Amino acid sequence: MATNSSHNAGPTHKAVEAGIAVLIALFGALVIIGSLKAGITWGAEGPRAGFVPFYIGIFIVAASAVNLWNGLRDENDGLFAEWGQLRRVMSVVVPTAIYVGSMPFIGLYVASIIFIGWFMRWLGKYSWLTVIAVAFGMPIVTYFIFERWFLVPLPKGPIEEWLGL
Amino acid sequence: MEEIANLFQGFSVALQPFNIMVMFVGIMLGVIIGVLPGLGGANGVAILLPLTFSMPPTSAIIMLSCIYWGALFGGAITSILFNIPGEPWSVATTFDGYPMAQQGKAGEALAAAFTSSFVGALFAVIMITLVAPLVASFALQFGPAEKFAVYFLAFCSFVGLSKEPPFKTIAAMMIGFALAAVGLDSITGQLRLTFGFTELLNGFDFLIAVIGLFGIGEILLTMEEGLSFRGGNAKINLRVVLQTWKRLPGYWVTSLRSCIIGCWMGITPAGATPASFMSYGIAKRVSKNGNNFGKGEIEGVIAPETAAHAAGTAALLPMLSLGVPGSPTAAVLLGGLLIWGLQPGPMLFTEQKEFVWGLIASMYLGNLVGLLVVLTCVPIFAAILRVPFSIIAPLILVLCAIGAYSVHSSTFDVMLMLVFGVVGYLLKKCNYPLAPLVLAIVLGDKAEEAFRQSLLGSQGSLGVFFSNTLVSTIMILGLIALFWSAIQKGYTRLRTAAA
Repeated sequence: MATNSSHNAGPTHKAVEAGIAVLIALFGALVIIGSLKAGITWGAEGPRAGFVPFYIGIFIVAASAVNLWNGLRDENDGLFAEWGQLRRVMSVVVPTAIYVGSMPFIGLYVASIIFIGWFMRWLGKYSWLTVIAVAFGMPIVTYFIFERWFLVPLPKGPIEEWLGL
Repeated sequence: MEEIANLFQGFSVALQPFNIMVMFVGIMLGVIIGVLPGLGGANGVAILLPLTFSMPPTSAIIMLSCIYWGALFGGAITSILFNIPGEPWSVATTFDGYPMAQQGKAGEALAAAFTSSFVGALFAVIMITLVAPLVASFALQFGPAEKFAVYFLAFCSFVGLSKEPPFKTIAAMMIGFALAAVGLDSITGQLRLTFGFTELLNGFDFLIAVIGLFGIGEILLTMEEGLSFRGGNAKINLRVVLQTWKRLPGYWVTSLRSCIIGCWMGITPAGATPASFMSYGIAKRVSKNGNNFGKGEIEGVIAPETAAHAAGTAALLPMLSLGVPGSPTAAVLLGGLLIWGLQPGPMLFTEQKEFVWGLIASMYLGNLVGLLVVLTCVPIFAAILRVPFSIIAPLILVLCAIGAYSVHSSTFDVMLMLVFGVVGYLLKKCNYPLAPLVLAIVLGDKAEEAFRQSLLGSQGSLGVFFSNTLVSTIMILGLIALFWSAIQKGYTRLRTAAA
């Protein structure tokens, strides 16, 4: 959990809380705009498509306003998280984003091997032997369970095609 | 006693060799899912759902529900041995379970936890057996207004009963409803809220949301805490189990009370987590050993475990009989029903007898199998936790990606999963509850349809929701649930003012 100490800086809980409330309110505004486009009045077959989402959007904006107000009034001036903790979180988010983004091009298997390998080598500092065993082992087991036994096809790239899988 | 005959027929389905095998596999997978951080009941079931596409529906639901039971059992192992709750509903188990383990009474604590879980589940299953068919036949007469009133009650209970601030619950819930509204409107056939993106034509699938919010979000939280597991050894043998069993009947009042709290909280979709806390709190207040709670009191393990398991099981009652899931995991199971081509709701009891009673019978057997498996295999499951997180984390992330992809064979869904993951991390840190968000995505379309159909019948007057005794009663219960925390506050203020 976030601790309130002077030498470990980071964003305050208050600021993040307020930011989230504003973002949710913006999402609510987006829902309202979309509903207005779809039509919020009564049509020939009763309430039109935007009728219900319009009020949902209003609820979102209103609830966020209360949350923002409560958040700003809150006496708690603790940290949301220390920068070091956030760095650790980002060290998972960024590679996962690259992994997910590369999947349509190189397929799930190759992407998974690289991803697991990277994670274990750089964050876990394992020996190459362990890294290779797990990084290749997991996708191979996955291949047999999903594609062979349960007949669930997973995305493949050029290398799998070249191997004829 | 038609139910008894149906139940026996159910047992004959559940006892087929293939289904028994599936049951064992489900329980084993479930306990592993419950033990591992980042994989929980809801997203574990969601990830494995695609594996069941080719199975007969009855075997598929047996496997998935057994994963759920396994996860419920598994959460207790890490709580007691490592002081790390594998699941949110086992947080309360750490209060007394971990001190017991430190005093060298880990075996006793584990045996008590598993047995209590089993008792809680058994109580809930018996209740489901007796009550679910009645509720279903009653619900067959529901019109759109009554249907909407049930949804209204379900969502209001979240606001009133969850421990998060009510306006955060409302915000989270409404985000879910908004996401559910995206795409094709089922009544007018018109597109809405897609803003021109073709990827959004079919809206947001709640399975992707579950895998992202609960799976990826949880991994990010664990990463932030930078946890390393340290814990005692698990030794559990027959002698300890028998000794514990001898002591347990002495706590029957606590057990019974926890069963009832659990069933109540499971049916109203407050869920297993608040049920376990509430049960622990009441046991602490009522018990004559109350002062010992938190220092390793066996009653402090019995109370939350019984309630959590009873709630987790009871959550299937509204799912089966009304089509309203009582927990995120029940919601995923409901999604499974739709994928296998079954229509959840009261018709299930008349049209899919074999399926429903096979599932109910498997709940009896599955929990018994679960009890045996966890009692005998604790050391193996505890060993899984000794595998470092930097190996487990990427494997779980890859599994989540596979699960998200295989729902619709779409790589866009995998990216969406990551977005949901980051959102889940932020929302969780800011104390927004995720369960109502997920349930709103699942039920949004149906609730809206019922709402609009009711309004259509009444020419737009909201009076339709108070037009007869049945619908008014449900709506008023909903309003009470909605303002429950305010009512409670007012009541305590009155009492302190009077004193």
